[in-house]
Amino acid sequence: MATNTQTPVEVPVADRRVPVIAPGHTYSTITEKISNIVLTRPISLGWILGFLIVFGMLNMLMGVLGYLFVKGTGIWGINIPVGWGFAIINFVWWIGIGHAGTLISAILALLRQTWRNSINRFAEAMTLFAVACAGIFPLAHTGRPWLAYWLFPYPNTMNYWPNFRSPLVWDVFAVSTYFTISLVFWFVGLIPDFATMRDRAENLWAQRIYGLLAMGWRGSARHWHRYETAYLLLAGLATPLVLSVHTVVSFDFAVGIVPGWHTTIFPPYFVAGAIYSGFAMVLCLAIPIRSIYKLEDFITIRHIENSAKVMLATGLIVAYGYGIEAFMGWYSGNRYDSFLMWNRLHGPYKFWYAALLACNIFIPQILWLKKFRTSTGWLWLISFTVLLGMWLERFIIIVVSLSRDFLNSSWGMYYPTKWDWFTFAGTIGLFLTGMWLFCRVLPMISIFELRTLLPEAQVHETAEVKQ
Amino acid sequence: MQIFPRSSNAIARASIVLVLVAVGGVFWVLWELERSPFITYEGVRRSQPIPFSHQHHVTGLGIDCRYCHTSVETSSFAGIPPTKTCINCHAQIWTNAAYLEPVRESYRTGRSIEWTRVNQLPDFVYFNHSIHINKGVGCNTCHGPVDQMPLMYQYASLQMEFCLDCHRNTEKYLRPREQVFNMRYEPPVDDPLGKNAVVFDGNTYNNQIALGNALKTAYKVRSVKDITSCNTCHR
Repeated sequence: MATNTQTPVEVPVADRRVPVIAPGHTYSTITEKISNIVLTRPISLGWILGFLIVFGMLNMLMGVLGYLFVKGTGIWGINIPVGWGFAIINFVWWIGIGHAGTLISAILALLRQTWRNSINRFAEAMTLFAVACAGIFPLAHTGRPWLAYWLFPYPNTMNYWPNFRSPLVWDVFAVSTYFTISLVFWFVGLIPDFATMRDRAENLWAQRIYGLLAMGWRGSARHWHRYETAYLLLAGLATPLVLSVHTVVSFDFAVGIVPGWHTTIFPPYFVAGAIYSGFAMVLCLAIPIRSIYKLEDFITIRHIENSAKVMLATGLIVAYGYGIEAFMGWYSGNRYDSFLMWNRLHGPYKFWYAALLACNIFIPQILWLKKFRTSTGWLWLISFTVLLGMWLERFIIIVVSLSRDFLNSSWGMYYPTKWDWFTFAGTIGLFLTGMWLFCRVLPMISIFELRTLLPEAQVHETAEVKQ
Repeated sequence: MQIFPRSSNAIARASIVLVLVAVGGVFWVLWELERSPFITYEGVRRSQPIPFSHQHHVTGLGIDCRYCHTSVETSSFAGIPPTKTCINCHAQIWTNAAYLEPVRESYRTGRSIEWTRVNQLPDFVYFNHSIHINKGVGCNTCHGPVDQMPLMYQYASLQMEFCLDCHRNTEKYLRPREQVFNMRYEPPVDDPLGKNAVVFDGNTYNNQIALGNALKTAYKVRSVKDITSCNTCHR
């Protein structure tokens, strides 16, 4: 019956929430709006100035790493007893940030959450750049990065495998798998949009480059059929990685016998923390991007608020983790564990532990109020606080535990040097340079997935169901 | 308007194979390169201040290894002979040979002859000659046919895989203690007629593995776990 009538069927509005795409858009307005950011929008002075700053920071990173390779890790503040310091703090921080991208693109895709469609593209880009930043630190921390390939099990003249009992080797597998899958997933997700860019570009070279990347996409039904299958498979492959990568990272600590590290709660609490900081970074990027590029129609308050809710939920899991750590410090009766808790609260780093609790647990609680979840200015500040808090969390875990272990004779303080700070700032430069270029050369919102959110795309489906 | 020429499809398909070939090729080159004499110096004859021939002294004259390398059975270092060892004979023969002038000069002045080292392990490897000699590892197992080398060269790659091949399967290489310095020793082969049969401790062995296992027990060679532990060689 429905097939006989040509009149579109009204899609019932089930809820009064803000829609995931502002009303009034059509296929062509979406395509135009997103592709024009790349193809026709002139490069503004602000973009150039910002790029000069972040690219300068990236060059500083290159210089600092060059100096590090010449002089060795002695230029950093690490020493016995705190041998891990900034390198591992920043590694865990960056890799955690990447997790939101994978969660959004894979898990939310499998759960058919439509609101992911407008933020998955740049969240995945964020993942890639964050993992690239993360990878630098353990590599540099090995001291002889030119021999880092020794960590791979390849047929070598030593006739030996790497030590598979070492969490460092697990990290190599976890992070390299993560980067590969994220890159492939991101690229595959871009293919139909590359074709759109190819078709809309005016410049011959732009046509050729986008055409090359589109790999001959014509948008035929067969293409779409295979594409959807491949995308679903990749989403299925990426889903366990959301949980496994940070679990392996937490094993770096949990398999050690250092007080404060040797706990079974680490994997879930690290994964929750990773997603927590990841969504904080998504918001820190999405809020300015949507306002600069006038994308409020596509990244609506609904997206902003949903991300804030994910932050609130994962933040509570993290808070639970802290609570259990404190409880176990007392309940286990282990004097070293209880000393660790005392040391966190009253030791030399007590200020930073208090700052961590404030940034990660207390301040984000105002997200219970809808007013703060929907105010972009406030939410940006809270997200930034969470990023700070998650960095402090890794600082506390690493430095407080290592600086005071079982023997008082081996206690010592950790002081980062200027080179530690330069390296950290440099990776922020690498991350932002990537994002800066990404906004200008690729469609930062998935055009074809956004089109599926329009009522036109749903009418057909509804009509068939009624049949 | 077409943005790509007609050949693009063929190139795109070929690129899948080409990338595999290129990546495979890079790994193959690295695989070959890191085992090549360019890296290992295996088989490279080094120039020496005097063209000393092991072939002449060992095969031609029948001098035992230990006549010159005196500390090989008792020390980590086999020992490079002092000039006096050369002069023991060369005070009598070839006393006027021109190319032996550096030997005579060294003897007169007391300044050592500066040989170019051929078999060199990295400083992070602890290696001891005496333990290998005493457990029945022949000289030529690692040094090759020195009795046929007019100029000394490194016989083995001396890479870690070379060391571990024996440390993991000592029975494949061990020989009776009295055969260690025999450069013409041949291990027993599986032969019903008993060709190359080796007699050890009253038993005749026609099989290297059986002989090796008997020697391992007799010489109390430590377990594979012990002798492949990292700190056996990297102390």
